[in-house]
Amino acid sequence: MSALRRKLLRDLIRLWPQALAIALVLATGVGTMVLANGAYLSLFETRATYYENSRFADIFATATRAPKDVAADIARMDGVAIAEPRITALALADLPGVAEPASVMMISIPDNGPQRLNRVVLRKGAMPGPGSFDEVLISESFAKANGFEPGAQFDVLLNGVSRSLKVAGWALSPEYVYTIGPGELMPDERRFGVVWMPERELAAAYNLNGAFSSLLVKLVPGSSESKIIEGIDTALKAYGGQGAFGRKYQTSHAFLDAELLQLKAMSLILPPIFLLVSAFLVNMTLSRLIALEQEQIGLLKALGYSSWAVARHYLEFVTVIAILGTLIGMALGAWLGSGLAELYARFYRFPSLVFARDLQTYAIAAAAALTAALAGALQSTISAARLPPAIAMAPPLPARYHKLVTGLFDVARIFPQSTLINLRHLAHWPWRTAGAILGVALAVAVLVGSLWSFGSIRYLIDVTFNRSDRQEASIYFPTAKPMAAAFSVARLPGVLKVEPFRSIAVEMSFGSKKRRVALTGRPVGTSLSQVLDVNLKPVPLPGEGVVLSKALAGILGAARGDIVEVKLLEGESKTISLPVSSIVEGYFGLSAYMEINALNAKLGEDAAISGVNLDIDSSQRAELYAQLKQMPSTRFVTFQKIAMQKFRSTMAENIYTMLSVYISFAAIIAFGVVYNFARISLSEQGREMASLRVLGFTRAEVSALLITELAIVVLLAQPLGWIVGYGFAQAMASAFETELYRIPAIVGREVYAYASIVVCLAAGVSALIVRRRVDRLDMVAVLKTRE
Amino acid sequence: MLNGRPEAGVASGPVLRTRGLCKTYRTGEVEVQALRNVDFEARPGEFIVILGPSGSGKSTFLNIAGGLDSATSGEAWFEDHSLTQASEAQLTRYRRDHVGFIFQFYNLMPTLTALENVRLVTEIARKPMRPEEALALVGLEDRMDHFPAQLSGGEQQRVAIARAIAKQPALLLCDEPTGALDSKTGIRVLEALALVNERIGTTTLVITHNAAIREIAHRVIYFANGSIARSETNTVRKAPSEVSW
Ligand SMILES: Nc1ncnc2c1ncn2[C@@H]1O[C@H](COP(=O)(O)OP(=O)(O)OP(=O)(O)O)[C@@H](O)[C@H]1O
Ligand SMILES: [Mg+2]
Repeated sequence: MSALRRKLLRDLIRLWPQALAIALVLATGVGTMVLANGAYLSLFETRATYYENSRFADIFATATRAPKDVAADIARMDGVAIAEPRITALALADLPGVAEPASVMMISIPDNGPQRLNRVVLRKGAMPGPGSFDEVLISESFAKANGFEPGAQFDVLLNGVSRSLKVAGWALSPEYVYTIGPGELMPDERRFGVVWMPERELAAAYNLNGAFSSLLVKLVPGSSESKIIEGIDTALKAYGGQGAFGRKYQTSHAFLDAELLQLKAMSLILPPIFLLVSAFLVNMTLSRLIALEQEQIGLLKALGYSSWAVARHYLEFVTVIAILGTLIGMALGAWLGSGLAELYARFYRFPSLVFARDLQTYAIAAAAALTAALAGALQSTISAARLPPAIAMAPPLPARYHKLVTGLFDVARIFPQSTLINLRHLAHWPWRTAGAILGVALAVAVLVGSLWSFGSIRYLIDVTFNRSDRQEASIYFPTAKPMAAAFSVARLPGVLKVEPFRSIAVEMSFGSKKRRVALTGRPVGTSLSQVLDVNLKPVPLPGEGVVLSKALAGILGAARGDIVEVKLLEGESKTISLPVSSIVEGYFGLSAYMEINALNAKLGEDAAISGVNLDIDSSQRAELYAQLKQMPSTRFVTFQKIAMQKFRSTMAENIYTMLSVYISFAAIIAFGVVYNFARISLSEQGREMASLRVLGFTRAEVSALLITELAIVVLLAQPLGWIVGYGFAQAMASAFETELYRIPAIVGREVYAYASIVVCLAAGVSALIVRRRVDRLDMVAVLKTRE
Repeated sequence: MLNGRPEAGVASGPVLRTRGLCKTYRTGEVEVQALRNVDFEARPGEFIVILGPSGSGKSTFLNIAGGLDSATSGEAWFEDHSLTQASEAQLTRYRRDHVGFIFQFYNLMPTLTALENVRLVTEIARKPMRPEEALALVGLEDRMDHFPAQLSGGEQQRVAIARAIAKQPALLLCDEPTGALDSKTGIRVLEALALVNERIGTTTLVITHNAAIREIAHRVIYFANGSIARSETNTVRKAPSEVSW
């Protein structure tokens, strides 16, 4: 090994804590990149493979009752590869271990021959036999949550008739990778499941012999989805068609899309931040290392080493660190990736997960890490290469300190002499002081940028469940009913209060933008479920016009006063124009509201309601639930409290897991920056400190000098960190926003406080480590050699 | 260019030559004339001692002669190659192939051992001696694996000499090599310099504040106020061991 390489090695060993600190920060960048990209690809590939193997449909349509001939006609349309008619129906279920009414989605499976689209994967047991009766397949998660082994039985209300179904086997379907019940915010495996039943039985139960209520369509690759949707809508118009839609609006698919979107956002936002910080750290460390080695560099040049050889020496130093960081980051990313995959397995029901180990991701991550490190090294390496060799000949120059700005100097008189040394030192290298402040500020910012979400989620839960939707339960009817239905619910045991609502599927458009949403009608002055404006004040629904949630208004680009077109997707299909009367808050989905009578008037209907929101007397809950389970006029029931708990526990698992990763990364950054700064200050001031010790200063006095400097930098960095962190929080919130939900970027004071505490702790630990080194400072050695 | 060193007896011209060499330092408003019209020649194998008061321009002159610094005006040649016209890369080659430096403050790499410090040079030189051999010449064969911090000042300086002579340079430039040493150690260092000068015919320039040392030189140059005030040739040279201070 050449002598220069040997110096490199010794430098690395000598500076290992600093080198490792930089490598770890780099590793966080590489790690998040590998993690996010790997998870994205894995999920994407898993989904694609599953969709392919199970022949997931492209278009979905429902009708009240359409003859099978219509499906055959649709199958013959240009661009349609397969059109598979089937029967689907939502049914109430009475489950042995579940107090509340549960619901199941009944789906028919063909009597002769296999399913052609949305094929199920059998996970346990067997398909119902050819001559079976009341035998069904149930979705795996539902089976597990309720402990339904093959052979188990449970009751459902099929078209008003109670039936006891026997579990033949467990299955998975591409349609329910994310199995969320109707009207729910979060999956609840106990209370919602999918049940596959032979078509002959389901048809008999719902009087749909020779007919279908749901249609799956597979397109010929390259054909126009919108054109075929139009064709299907026309074909099903006479049979109660409710508007066909593509995968985009298929619930499970949309949730997967949202997850993919967030992963993409994560891979685009976080790694650059971490890499930026590492580049900065490399810059800080290297430029100061080079400043310390000036004479050695001069010497190398005096000995005949070229500028390039000198530059290469330091580039190699950085490259070794970059490689180390990349390797740690890759291991970290792969490890976290498998953890994430496990997390996915809990939320998303795939028959198997494909682990995409994409070389390109690793290559890009490595290249990014190296680029960041080299970019950080660039400026200092160039200045190293430019150092004149004569510097080796000169005796060590005492640094020329300036009086601080004259005014400041007078102020400085009131400080003890040691603080004056600190201030002079900080002012003498303004750039490196600014750099250190910026570095510490970035650490604070990264922490603020990840810690905010805890409070925001709490806020979101509070707004959604305690202020906006305060009802305990909501009952949805199978079809719109007259207002009288609300009164009959009110007479049920334990019902304290009833508020009706109307909900109708519409396609809302403004200009070229359009979206399928549920348009909800409510009476004025409801107290259970209310619409809140952006200041969280209840909004009285206007007599005319429609109220849009912020997210929907944003997507459509519609503002207050604009006229939106609303196409009804249920019942009589027609399009109405409505003025936007206000924009309101709302974190889940895209929503639109109208005053219920105004809505009914527009629909051309008498007072009709789709369901009711309830307040319940808890002492009579059991009785109420028992009656609801048997009520044919109930399509499904949702429970806000359960939803809230589910939301909390799911978030706890999902977001909090991710967050703990970011927070540890942020802590690493904080420590890396502060520690490096402290160490470099120490080596810069080593001689000065040893001299002070010689003069009779105590160890404590000497380390206080260093620690005070550190403290000044850390303190000055806080406000800047808060500001930048607020920016990070906003960027994260908007990047993580999807059409399904968004998390408000609420950055509470405690977030700033926590971030600052973590950074100050990191600073404290660094200070202690450095302090120990000061204690061991060898006066003789420092003064003897000229470093 | 700047390749090929004079074979013994073949080269008759000067190894180092300067004409009207000037160097001006400018720091803000203040101008310092460090060198004023220095004319100088050093013949192959000559041992020259440079004396002069502090600030008289000795180091500045040596730095330019060694290709470490550039002149403001005037010319300098190594053999028939101009140093004042040379590019950065050519100066690097010049230092690598022909010049050995010894500094007052030893300037060893603190993270390399004595042997490795010498190797730093032998690895890139064209016709080096073995690093062990160079260290043996200065009497440090049994301290080869010590780091600078584990050596005394005189030992560090001898490592620096070993490093400078290991490439068998045409020119050895020493800036106060004994400045930080006691007389006994200083003499050991001078002996090593004289030995190299004799054995491999290296032209040697030694700056010193110690007038006693002038007696071991072929020639003594006196710097004053940025130029050469006078020059005298010793008819009789003393061996380093005969000098005392
Ligand atoms: N980098 C510099 N900037 C400004 N002036 C300089 C610089 N280097 C040297 N000088 C000035 O040039 C003059 C000559 O300096 P030089 O170092 O050559 O003196 P010297 O003869 O070696 O002195 P000493 O015996 O003290 O080492 C001095 O006045 C010095 O102050
Ligand atoms: Mg000098």
